[in-house]
Amino acid sequence: MAEAVLKPRTTVSDRVQQAENPLSQVARFGPDCPLKLDGGQELAPFQVAYQTYGALNAARSNAILVCHALTADQHANNVHPVTGKNGWWDVMIGPGKPIDTDRYFVICSNVIGGCMGSTGPASTNPKTGRPYALDFPVITIRDMVRAQAMLIDYLGIDTLFAVIGGSMGGMQVLQWAASYPHRVFAAVPIACATRHSAQNIAFHEVGRQAIIADPEWREGRYIEAGANPRRGLGVARMAAHITYLSDAALHRKFGRRFQDRAMPTFSFDADFEVESYLRHQGSTFVERFDANSYLYLTRAMDYFDLAADYDGVLAHAFKGTRTRFCVVSFTSDWLFPTSESRAIVHALNATSARVSFAEIVTDKGHDAFLLDEPEFFAMARGFLGSAAQARGLAG
Amino acid sequence: MLNRMTREIASPDPGRAENGARVDHLLVADMVPPGSRVLDVGCGDGELLQLLERRGVDGRGIEISREGVNASVAKGLAVVQGDADTDLADYPNDAFDYVILSQTIQATRRPREVLEHMLRIGRHGIVSIPNFGHWSIRLGLLFGGRMPRTNNLPNTWYDTQNIHFCTIKDFRDLCGVVGAKMERAVAVNHWGKPLRLPAPWWFWNMFGEQAVFLLSRGKNGKRGGQ
Repeated sequence: MAEAVLKPRTTVSDRVQQAENPLSQVARFGPDCPLKLDGGQELAPFQVAYQTYGALNAARSNAILVCHALTADQHANNVHPVTGKNGWWDVMIGPGKPIDTDRYFVICSNVIGGCMGSTGPASTNPKTGRPYALDFPVITIRDMVRAQAMLIDYLGIDTLFAVIGGSMGGMQVLQWAASYPHRVFAAVPIACATRHSAQNIAFHEVGRQAIIADPEWREGRYIEAGANPRRGLGVARMAAHITYLSDAALHRKFGRRFQDRAMPTFSFDADFEVESYLRHQGSTFVERFDANSYLYLTRAMDYFDLAADYDGVLAHAFKGTRTRFCVVSFTSDWLFPTSESRAIVHALNATSARVSFAEIVTDKGHDAFLLDEPEFFAMARGFLGSAAQARGLAG
Repeated sequence: MLNRMTREIASPDPGRAENGARVDHLLVADMVPPGSRVLDVGCGDGELLQLLERRGVDGRGIEISREGVNASVAKGLAVVQGDADTDLADYPNDAFDYVILSQTIQATRRPREVLEHMLRIGRHGIVSIPNFGHWSIRLGLLFGGRMPRTNNLPNTWYDTQNIHFCTIKDFRDLCGVVGAKMERAVAVNHWGKPLRLPAPWWFWNMFGEQAVFLLSRGKNGKRGGQ
């Protein structure tokens, strides 16, 4: 994994800038177009920050919506304005790549509750003139998808050719297929589940409590105080990062090797390479991500239980669907194991949906969906190519 | 050796019809009316499913190998990676008109359960098997003293995936056990071409290298599971 040069610390004004006026395209929805939330509240005005790649065809039929995971954003295929790193899905998106920008019009939007330009807890609350912080309503995966649907309307697109995403992005894909079956021609949920398990919720709670325990969090009002709960958010990221990798991947990358030293120092310094790596992951993360967003987005994932909205029967979520599905899991992913993907496949089978499924062999863990996995790419390429043919998109 | 290879290259593949389709696949496909919903269990690279879809059949597949799934998905087929022994139980009753097991049942751990699930999931089943009662296999065991290996069944006993061999007669018996009604039975030669002769079962059991059966739920057929 390429280690980015550590950028200077971002300031509070940098982060407010990204939340309000991001270096990104933005769709703004006024008080007359509120976002109706599952929690019963309405969010208005609000905005959705997004990026697009490739060109929309005349029939407006070649649009692919890419849904990002917990800590990613809309910058899927361009240099990130804050970190300077490449887009988070550059391996997958681009000319000649599985999500081929010569062929498809790719849209990726920052989720509601995020911190890269879509309205979230770091945005200014119009009622108070201060950042929302914990006054931001608790949102759900379905709320994120509702906002995306409004963006798709705003872009003048009726039916998406495909909705694709991994992890929390995969949850959005499933929600799209359930909420808007007629607007999704093909769906690719990757390394995800139809609900968060107790173990998933438990890991998220550790992260949230780390943030809340940091005095710099200041009951969520750190932005006004010019502060940032770096320690808490960093620890949350470190704990979560372990769940994205596998035991084998950690061992292969780091083993028990020491960091720049031959002997243990008999201290609590980062003696081991793996410690140094995690600290680096934590410290770079806090420069680009908002702690309150982390609370809200992990909560949205915890609340996700697709079957619960359909009398507890998952198959009912997909009843009568005409969408083509391609479900993908990874052997070493213990955060969203293959059994979760199989549950999706069983539900789709029960509704006679057109579903393909494969479990990709890899030791890279949950994060495999972000990495160069030739078998996964071959599957995605084949599925999208044949779906494009069925949709009448030119090769 | 060279002579023989040249001749094979020069002559058209006897296992393929003029349009390139496998002869045994055409035989199976002819049993399925257009518009049917079909599940192909052990669909390999999806060649049969593709033939069926071209004929207006709504097809799905299960395949254990990742290579097979990838090849099928690239053809635009809806194929799920899975195992006939464990995953058929997850399909609802009456989900399909036809469930196909093409040269697969002898490789399953529990052929009886697989057959029962087939006729629970689908109203009809189509099963093709390699016939271990063929005269060449009988002679091979009688005179060779070793488990026979043929062009159709080329692996040694310790390498083969085929763990439940049967003869045409044996399979008939199993159909009786699970209460399946045999609508059609066709003995085929090495390449899957039907042997079009009127003859009794013992003859086919001796001279058919493979057999294809069209089954349906019998009157007293049990619908196991779920």
